[in-house]
Parts: sequence; C-alpha cells; structure tokens
Amino acid sequence: MKPTYQQPTERGYYGQFGGAFIPEMLYPNVEELRQQYLSIMAEPEFQQEYQQLLRDYVGRPTPLFEAKRLSAKYNTRIYLKREDLCHTGAHKVNNTVGQILLAKRLGKTRIIAETGAGQHGVATATVCALMGMECIVYMGEIDMERQKPNVYRMRLLGAEVRAAMSGSRTLKDATNEAIRDWISNPVDTHYIIGSVVGPHPYPDLVARLQAVISEEMRKQLLEKTGSELPQYVVACVGGGSNAAGAFYHFLEEPSVQLVAVEAAGHGIYSGHSAATSVLGTPGVIHGSRTLLMQDEDGQITEPYSISAGLDYPGIGPLHAFLADSKRARFISIEDEQALKAVAECSRLEGIIPALETAHALAALDQLGAGPDDVVVINLSGRGDKDLETYIKYADAIM
Amino acid sequence: MNRIKDAFEKKQKNLLNIYFTAGYPRLHDTVPILKALSESGADLIEIGMPFSDPLADGPVIQASSTVALQNGMNLRVLFEQLQGIRESVPETPILLMGYLNPVMQFGVDNFCREAAAAGADGIILPDLPLDDYVAEYQDIFRRHNLRPVFLITPQTAPERIRRIDELTDSFLYLVSGPGTTGGANTQAEGVQEAYFQRIEAMNLRNPRLIGFGIGDKASFQNACQYAEGAIIGSAFIRALDGVDDAPAAAKRFVSSVLA
Repeated sequence: MKPTYQQPTERGYYGQFGGAFIPEMLYPNVEELRQQYLSIMAEPEFQQEYQQLLRDYVGRPTPLFEAKRLSAKYNTRIYLKREDLCHTGAHKVNNTVGQILLAKRLGKTRIIAETGAGQHGVATATVCALMGMECIVYMGEIDMERQKPNVYRMRLLGAEVRAAMSGSRTLKDATNEAIRDWISNPVDTHYIIGSVVGPHPYPDLVARLQAVISEEMRKQLLEKTGSELPQYVVACVGGGSNAAGAFYHFLEEPSVQLVAVEAAGHGIYSGHSAATSVLGTPGVIHGSRTLLMQDEDGQITEPYSISAGLDYPGIGPLHAFLADSKRARFISIEDEQALKAVAECSRLEGIIPALETAHALAALDQLGAGPDDVVVINLSGRGDKDLETYIKYADAIM
Repeated sequence: MNRIKDAFEKKQKNLLNIYFTAGYPRLHDTVPILKALSESGADLIEIGMPFSDPLADGPVIQASSTVALQNGMNLRVLFEQLQGIRESVPETPILLMGYLNPVMQFGVDNFCREAAAAGADGIILPDLPLDDYVAEYQDIFRRHNLRPVFLITPQTAPERIRRIDELTDSFLYLVSGPGTTGGANTQAEGVQEAYFQRIEAMNLRNPRLIGFGIGDKASFQNACQYAEGAIIGSAFIRALDGVDDAPAAAKRFVSSVLA
C-alpha cells in the first residue's frame, strides 16, 4: 500500500519519520502489538464495544459549537469541537477506551501509562477502574506539583501514581520511566501511550483512536455549514494526539489548512520553550525518529512551557512529517498569549479551556481567516485542572 | 586482527566483561579506569557513552550518565581521551556502548571511523533495530572493522536468536531476565537457568556473555556455568561512587570478583 499522511509504511514511517527504535527487551511486546492492532480493531465485536463506550461512557459525539462572539471578534466563522465535554474533561479518553479494549484482547492484566498534565493519566485510570485492571501512572515530580488535582483524581480512581524523579521531572522523564517499567514487565503489561509518539505502531494506533474527532467534525460541519470541509482546522501540539485526531480525516483534503500550535514558553529563542518544529532536528526519542529538541551532541534538552501537556521535547512522527512537508502550518504561542486566550474564551463563550487548548485559541489572530472562512478549533480539554495556575497568574489573565 | 575473537580463543570460559561510564566519576577518569581494569584481569571492557535518556538502564547507570554529562563528556572528548590507548592496553577488547541518537548526530560514518581509530573493537547500541542495522549500518561497521553486539532476552523468539547469531561475529549479550540494568533477579527459581540452558542447547556460532543483575563473585560464577562469561556494570559503577582513587577502586573490584 502506498503510504499517505493517514497510513504510515509497514515499518511505521511517515516520510523519514517514525520507525521503532527500541531495545530488544521491548521487541516482543511492540511486535505483538504491531501484528495485531489492525486486525483486532477491525473485529466487529471490538468496534461494537468501542463505539458503545464512546457513546454511553465518553459522551460522544461531542458537540460542534458555533462560537458567535469569538467569530464576531475575529471576523470569521469559528466552531469549537467540544472535546472538553468528554468524560474526564479532555480528548485523551478516546484513546484509552480503545487501548484498554485492545489490551484485554491481548490478554494483558496490568496497565501502565505516562502523563504530563495528568489528563492522560486520569483517562487511563478511569478505563482501568471500568475494566477492573491494575493501573500504574508515571508522572514527573514537577508535573505532580503543578497538576495536583489530577494526581488526586487518579488515586481516587484506584491508580498508583509514581513520581518520575530523573531529568527535568516532566513528561519526557515520565515516559522514560513508563518504558523502563514495560522492560521490567514484558509479559502481563500493556503500555497505554497517551500521544501519537513512541515506536510504531503507537503513533498510528493513537491517531486512529483519536480520528473519531475529525470523523464527527465532517458530519457536523455538513449539517451546520453545508460543507464537510472547513478552511482551517486548528489544534495544539505537545506530542500531538488531539491534533492528529482533529486533522486525521482532513489530511488528504488539500483545501483544508491544518494549523498546529506549539508552546513557545517564554519565547521561541528564549531557551525556555517547547516549540519543537522550530527548534527541533531529526533524531530518536522514545522509540521513534522524529523532530526533537537536542544539543549538538544529541543529548535531549529540557523543554519548557507553562502547560504541562505541551512540555515535551519531541512531536509525533506524523506531525514531524506534516511540518517537513509543509502540509500543516506550525505556529508558536507564548505563555502569556495563552493565558490571555484563556480569559477571552471564558468571557466571550462561557467556556474555560485547558492551558494546552488555550494555545490553539491564541493562534486565531494569526490565521488570516476571512469573514466567510470556517475555522474549527479543537477544544481539546477543559480548564478545571489549571485553576491553580489561573489563580496564580490572575493579573496576566484579567 | 580482531581482539574480541582473540579474547574468546585465548580463554574459553569465565570471561569477565566490565562496563563503566566514560567521564565518571570525573571527566578524566576514563583512561585510568580502563587501564586498571585491563591490568587487573578484565577480559573485555565496555565503555558507556553517556546519554540524557538511557531507556534500558536502571538508576545507577542513569545517575552516572548524568554526572558524566555534567562533567563535560561527549563523543569528541571520549575519542580524544582514547587516543593512543592501544599503546598501553594492546589486547583487551574495547566496546563502546550507548544509544543511537548521539551516534546519529555525530554521523554514523564519522562515529565508526573515530571509534576504530581510537582502538574500539565493537559497538553496542541497544536501541538500534536489527532491520535498520542491516539496511543502513552493517556496511559502515564492516568497513571500519567494528563488530556489533546485539541483546537477547528471555522473550526473544528462537528464529530471531538465530538471525541475531547470523548477524553477529563477536559475542551474544544475554540479558539475564526482565528489567533494566542493575536490577536484582526476581524470577522464580529455575526460570533463569531454564532460559540459559535453552540458549545453550541452540548451539549458536557465537559465544555468550550474560549481563544485567550480575554484580559480585557469586553471581559471576553462577552466570559462568551457563555461558562463556558475564558482564558487570551497575555494581562496578557503585564501587566507584565517592572514591578518590578510581583506578585503585577498579582494581579492588575486579580482584574481588575474580578472587
């Protein structure tokens, strides 16, 4: 089959990005997953269970909401895809529902996950509770501090949260620790990766499970605007799972401009940034060849963003390919711009977005969208988890 | 000439392979430790090239890598340090062990040329996939007479072990059980032995060294019952922790294992 943006090669490559650069200890697990994920996901029984859970448990389809006051302000037609209304408060659960069903069919009894902002950790702990599976979530010590409510949510759901104490003690290090756990527990454990990162087949698997976002968008757009295709789809990118889901069914539609918004932290060139598409160069991180932030010796550098979910030194290989091939436009948003967007969305639409999502909203004035253009913003998560940060930066926000 | 092959011809059993992280505990300890290990009876030596995100390593080697990087270790410094090493350590095989990304950034061809010029005999990159090795690296390794070493674990399928054996012309690195480097053996009694015996019964063309979780005389001797020798890493790094005279500590450690 000819590889496309939607379908990587058999070895998991999108252009020059992807692959599976893993130590031998992980090979049997990753290979088992690679050989089985497509056939399991194609089983009618899997699909039935997955679709039912998406509907009755996650609360799908999520609404596509016409944001009239934001539209008036930016003089264009803005629609918000309300992933913040998913059970657990973000799009992350679309993936964990699918992967837990996959894990059950692979005969696994123990689930591990990494988390940055805690949303993926909560989404994983949630489905583990639902299925009665043991759940261990690795979270950077710094992130545990800045996303405390999510730590308690995970514990309440019965998960064990283990602090990642190495490196920058954020998402990168939590991912390292989860991978080390998998190396140590190769038989009974499934690793539910939360983003479109990691060795093949994870980027494709997670993209397929998040693709429901753009599948629904097309139907809802047809109903509301008379066309399945908008002019712009905008999403924030850390590893890139919500963007992959929002872009997926538009990837092969060249008339749709895909806009990926990264975190510029204190400024792209400030030394405190997570703008991987600008600062990154090709290399290997967490099992895939992609763009990543590194020094000239190939040591991975510490990213920074106010948003724990975007604070990652790489991007998924699909996004690296979208950046490299210019299929998607990449925009970087600084902390302060994101905080302002939090206030704007809250006051104009009555929706308090997550810090990650606020980066996508803050890109609105850079799109160049005209009055008749339709802009869909993937509202990936709600802001409850960030309340402490919003209180701390109240002066900047108000 | 191939020092790895020579080492296994000279001594068919109880070979001791010691791993240490370049630039640890101090930047310029690399060569003195290397010499001390060779002089005190290590049969092979692996020099760890520190990486910021060593996925296959446990806490001890992670911490030593962090210190080494803070000390200023990188590939260029390592190759400079190793210049002329074959005058003082003529026979002991030296393998460079590390992760793919720093090697990729250095350039694979550059890396192999410099490694060979510095006197290295083999390369261990745990996150280099077999298929990628064959497609992109094998010719370069061969051109510089560097032997790759691949890992085998209890979960590695027999046909894959055969393929690894075919691609190898040095030794097979048998990972003793599930886990990262430096972990204790937590397997039920007999499980590990059965695995070692299963590999032994395959009559592979390459000799085998057992690594991960080997740390003292007793575990070394036990491993040597099932293979030509064993590899010690984390326990040796621990023995260097906080010492003033790293070469002396290296000699003491090797003597304690071989005593």
